[in-house]
Amino acid sequence: MRKSDLFFVVTAINLTLLAGVIGHALVQAGRADSSLHAGRELAKTLQLTDLALFTEARYTRHPSQADRHAPFQDHPMALDHFPSGSFLRPPLPSGGL
Amino acid sequence: MNRSLERHRNILDFALSSLLRRRARNISLFVLYTLIVFALASVVFFTQALKREAALLLKDAPDIVVQKMVAGRHDLIPTDYGLQIAAIRGVKEVQPRLWGYYYDPFNSANYTLVVPALQPPAPQFIHIGNGVARVRRLGSGDLMALMTYKQETLLLEVQEILSADAELVSSDLILIGENDFRTLFDFPRDVATDLTVTVTNPQELTTVARKIVARFPDTRPILKSEILRTYDAIFDWRGGMMVVLLTAAVLSFVIFAWDKATGLSAEERKEIGILKSIGWETSDVLLLKSWEGIVISLSAFLIGILLAYAHVFFFSAPLFEHALKGWGVLYPSFRLVPAFDFYQISLLFFLTVLPYTAATIIPSWRAATIDPDAAMRS
Repeated sequence: MRKSDLFFVVTAINLTLLAGVIGHALVQAGRADSSLHAGRELAKTLQLTDLALFTEARYTRHPSQADRHAPFQDHPMALDHFPSGSFLRPPLPSGGL
Repeated sequence: MNRSLERHRNILDFALSSLLRRRARNISLFVLYTLIVFALASVVFFTQALKREAALLLKDAPDIVVQKMVAGRHDLIPTDYGLQIAAIRGVKEVQPRLWGYYYDPFNSANYTLVVPALQPPAPQFIHIGNGVARVRRLGSGDLMALMTYKQETLLLEVQEILSADAELVSSDLILIGENDFRTLFDFPRDVATDLTVTVTNPQELTTVARKIVARFPDTRPILKSEILRTYDAIFDWRGGMMVVLLTAAVLSFVIFAWDKATGLSAEERKEIGILKSIGWETSDVLLLKSWEGIVISLSAFLIGILLAYAHVFFFSAPLFEHALKGWGVLYPSFRLVPAFDFYQISLLFFLTVLPYTAATIIPSWRAATIDPDAAMRS
């Protein structure tokens, strides 16, 4: 087999896998509503506002409910203690409320 | 047509042989390239999927959450605020929420305790999230001891473990009855953690929030749109830790492309000289170098994307787990619903494959346009 043929075969396999991955993503995305149903129902019933992703501090557990200065709560200019605090951006403008 | 195709195949054969001659260097280049694409694509897949999941899960979040502020900090809100807010025109319903955090010295985990407004657990019973069950090794019917603020032990029986499908929102939850909650935290009777407000017309959310602030200047209303925007901001690839990760990956790619672009090795220069002297045109040399670039960059791009997809959606992104977990003990076990963003992936393609291929061609073009004799002697 020529080397170029081998390259085309490998690339064709990769492209087929990529097409398979895209197809998988599209099919799964169509099922997103049903697979997230349990979580959405629970969030609705309990009136939850945040994901349980960062449980290390209260302002990272509930970033949407945190005080605006939460990462600096110990004193002004205090550095953030918690690693997941580095994911948080400064609060977005709230429309003047 | 066939002749042109055959020419490309012949040059590709030569390009592959040429790459294999410098096997060690090209394999390390390919591995590095694949890793960079893998890291960038993993971040893109993970953030896009989490953003979409947050938006879907929190679609029915409260219209407005009203917090009481004292000296700029969140404080407990008197329940009679709720009665006055309910009287504001446009407000459909106001509900006090009772929730808080419990630090478990047993395993250094933080739990979120919530009193459900509908069907709360009976006194002395709790429902727990999967994460809590996992770290405390609890099952239905087991007893869980919590220490009250009066230093008394409160024994609660696990009645139910919340669905594993809902772990992304419930991993650290403990659902508890109102009386047990108030006993645990010595929580006064006439206050709540915050209030949730349901508004009749969603168009009037901002107006109602303004009226609440005007009536109670010591409160902070948080709109549903702000809750949803929070997760857009956290998982925005242009912000926070994501930008650090991306900058590191892009910089390493720039260094690597720069190294490639700044010149050819003496061996490569000599090879170009020999090819020119045996009759290869400059265009043939450029085609050869293009194919060399395409073989490495296209293969690395495709394999990097496939590995990233498997990492994020089949193996739940274990490489990101430690960054997200931080010092937290509880981390939800969840499988993200795949999201394939064509725009982001195309952007990644144009940011990686094209610059690399260009970086391969430019120095070769410079070498191919000089005299073959000079190229061989240099």
